[in-house]
Amino acid sequence: MTLLQVEDLATHFFTRDGVAKAVDGVSFSLDRGEILGLVGESGSGKSVTGFSLLGLVDPPGRIVSGKIVFDGEDLVKGGEPMMRTLRGKRIAMIFQDPMMTLNPVLRIDTQMVETVLAHERISRKSALERCREALARVGIASPDERLKSYPHQFSGGMRQRVAIAIALLHEPDLIIADEPTTALDVTIQAQILSEVQKLCADTGLAMIWITHDLAVVSGLADQLAVMYAGKIIETGETGRVIEAPLHPYTKGLIASVPQGQKHGALLAQIPGTTPSLLNLPEGCSFRPRCPRADAACQEEPPLGALLPGRAARCFHPHLDERREALAS
Amino acid sequence: MSDEAAMGLSEKAEPPVKQPAEAKRAPALESPAMRIAREFCEDRLAVLGLVLFLAIAAIAILAPWITPQNPYDLAQLDIMDGGLPPGSESFATGGTYWLGTDEQGRDMLSAIAYGLRISLLVATVSLAFAIAIGVAAGTTAAYLGGKVDTLIMRVVDLQLSFPSILIALILLALFGRGIDKVIIALIIVQWAYYARTVRSSAIVETRKDYIDAARCLALSHRRIMFRHLLPNCVPPLIVVGTVQIAQAIALEATLSFLGVGVPITEPSLGLLIANGYDYLLSGRYWVSIFPGIALVATIIAINLVGDRLRDVLNPRLQT
Amino acid sequence: MIVYLVRRLGQSLVAIAAMAVLVFVGVYAIGNPVDILINPESTQAQIAATMQRLGLDRPLWEQFGIFVWNALHGDLGISFVYGRPAMQIILERLPATMELALVALVLSVSIGIPLGVLAGLKPNSIGGRSIMAGSILGFSLPNFWQGMLLILIFAVLLGWLPAGGRGETVEVLGIRVSFLTLDGLKHLILPAMNLALFKMSLVIRLARANTREVCLQDYVKYARAKGLSSRRIVLVHILKNILIPVVTIIGLELGSMVAFAIVTETVFAWPGMGKLLIDSINLLDRPVIVAYLMLTVLIIVTINLVVDVIYSLLDPRVRLSEVDA
Repeated sequence: MTLLQVEDLATHFFTRDGVAKAVDGVSFSLDRGEILGLVGESGSGKSVTGFSLLGLVDPPGRIVSGKIVFDGEDLVKGGEPMMRTLRGKRIAMIFQDPMMTLNPVLRIDTQMVETVLAHERISRKSALERCREALARVGIASPDERLKSYPHQFSGGMRQRVAIAIALLHEPDLIIADEPTTALDVTIQAQILSEVQKLCADTGLAMIWITHDLAVVSGLADQLAVMYAGKIIETGETGRVIEAPLHPYTKGLIASVPQGQKHGALLAQIPGTTPSLLNLPEGCSFRPRCPRADAACQEEPPLGALLPGRAARCFHPHLDERREALAS
Repeated sequence: MSDEAAMGLSEKAEPPVKQPAEAKRAPALESPAMRIAREFCEDRLAVLGLVLFLAIAAIAILAPWITPQNPYDLAQLDIMDGGLPPGSESFATGGTYWLGTDEQGRDMLSAIAYGLRISLLVATVSLAFAIAIGVAAGTTAAYLGGKVDTLIMRVVDLQLSFPSILIALILLALFGRGIDKVIIALIIVQWAYYARTVRSSAIVETRKDYIDAARCLALSHRRIMFRHLLPNCVPPLIVVGTVQIAQAIALEATLSFLGVGVPITEPSLGLLIANGYDYLLSGRYWVSIFPGIALVATIIAINLVGDRLRDVLNPRLQT
Repeated sequence: MIVYLVRRLGQSLVAIAAMAVLVFVGVYAIGNPVDILINPESTQAQIAATMQRLGLDRPLWEQFGIFVWNALHGDLGISFVYGRPAMQIILERLPATMELALVALVLSVSIGIPLGVLAGLKPNSIGGRSIMAGSILGFSLPNFWQGMLLILIFAVLLGWLPAGGRGETVEVLGIRVSFLTLDGLKHLILPAMNLALFKMSLVIRLARANTREVCLQDYVKYARAKGLSSRRIVLVHILKNILIPVVTIIGLELGSMVAFAIVTETVFAWPGMGKLLIDSINLLDRPVIVAYLMLTVLIIVTINLVVDVIYSLLDPRVRLSEVDA
């Protein structure tokens, strides 16, 4: 059952140097209990997409067009009042840097209780009780003591657990996680990942996991959407996309992930850099870096369904190798 | 601006293979000074402030040649013209007193021009000396570090923990009146601001690798200090300097208003205002108000320029 | 925390000692102390007596000892003009100055912080821009000139408020205050506004800059993502963060308000110790100048100390790092 349907979403930043189309015509949908991995390099628009869903884009940026249909209602049309009632309640968000997301001068209990009270009129005492439960649920020992602490008394992993606990306070339908494990040590990252996975399985909450790290998302997400320069350039079921990417960019991205190479073997890399959003090439934005680009690519390719359940925005997708692989 | 537009056009004409990132890099060819000048001019208010300040400075410098009378040459004053409102005609010469006269028949317009001269003289001379002392102390502290640094910065902190007006008042209470004494007091009050500014930016710079590189090349201390450290301290110094020169003008005016600053024979704007203060309540507003307006215009002009310079010179604030 | 307090207290004592040395050097070493400290109209016998009392016939270091000893006992000489101990005269004037400074501080904070936060939240709105323009004016215009304008407008042109003096006072706990009588309050408004305006501009600028910086922080966005009302975000998340730097600066500014009161008191003929200082400078009543200086130094150093302690109480990060250290 579809929980979230994003259609042709466009969020632009109107800067002094011109209009940056950070998100330009993004569409995807998400079912209840499903985890979507939104993958891309920094500056690809993946974080802005996440913020757009909650109406948290700061000026000079704003949503210029598109639909965000959440549980049957268009949030873009509903605007700030509707988004306010959903934020933290039915759609929660976890930010990238746990060092920066908790307010340094407020105690943890203040920051948790206010979240409960923002949406429900209950006593402070029962709100505190709920916070205690949430902390215990994300594996924080002695929650009572922890509630009375300030954020700087916590380690990074602990803070991110607190952030997850805050996200769980209202048992939301959807959590948007913006690179939540990037700032953490690998071991902590693994712990958090497995806990998140468990939570999703137990509660049936849906999740958008925004990351640049394919390795992290490949074990977690059901579906993948790869973004480049403000557009989704490939979508599909995680396993199949990783196994046989269609878009040359996705292929490059996967090839860049180091995995048990021989010592001294060179890592594959994508030539060039992410283009400036203020100055995108005409046609396919990946064209200047693409080994397969030709004259046809000066036109913008559509996001075409190339295989069942798979789509890519490319005129020259990696279909041929697939066939060869199948034939052999 | 037109340069950039031209670049943008030529960019489109290039073959499609060209990296788009390079188009963004092109404006970096313009020198830092040019960038600062261009960005400064984007704020019309700041440009207005600059023009106003230049005009005021010109009046101050040229005062002896452009004013209708020398207000401190008693032979040119006529007591008959005393206390005339703005726009009155002189009984003695038939000329017009556009801003009125004071009790002794002194043309206020001329008095203001001369007053500006003294106010700006005091401010700029003290500024120059304070910067020189502050830069020397600040770079020494940053470069040598250790005990020297601690000693200099303790003195700076100690001084800055007391309000400048208090320190200036005490110094003048000890020294007595006089232009030279006001200048000395202002230097003592101000040097610490520059020392602190220079030290903090120099410390940031000394931690950077290129100073280590310069040391490895066995460049002399002096060369490292003056050729490598100092240029990096200039932007914050300019920002602090514009704020401080406005403060210096205001402080001098305040001291003179309180009667402990410049002597009566060489009145600055502050003293002119004080002299006219007694007449303010009796309705002869012009003796006090016009010097006040000149003072305020000067300070505002400098602050407008300073505000914009701070925005332009501080990369952290640029969004 | 105790280590921190002791260290901070030590620094304060050093500051006072340094100023005492400076004053001593200024009075005894640079000038001729006989001229400075002894009333020019005294007889030879009086001069000899005072010289002996102050120890002016002894070596310099011994004189310094006597100066410090006397200062510690509150003896900073006899006023030439009033013929009474200088410290006593200053202390009589202290309540008027402190009242003025405190009222001005309250005004500058209670008006400055809301305006600054407002300007910081909407920096490009008309309101935000006009607040900033106003603060540039408040910052640029010299204090005495603002005071003159206030008198010209409210006392001369409109005739609403008196131009000077302290008005009727009542005694509370042995201290004479103005703000409890209607007449006293009327006399207080203009000078307090005058003293407050300059600091208010500072508070506005500071609050605005800090608000802008805090607004960019992730935790503000995160607070929005939690569904908090903008009211709560501003009043709790932003305000609490900007209060720390703002309170620090304001605290330190209280000291400078006592000093700037010199100007305001002169303009409004407010009978505080600042006006006394200017009168004393003009009358060459040097013991009073010395007494004023030492007392003001003491006040400012004490304020700085108290503010630092409050600061460490306000900011949990500072408090804890100090404990660890």
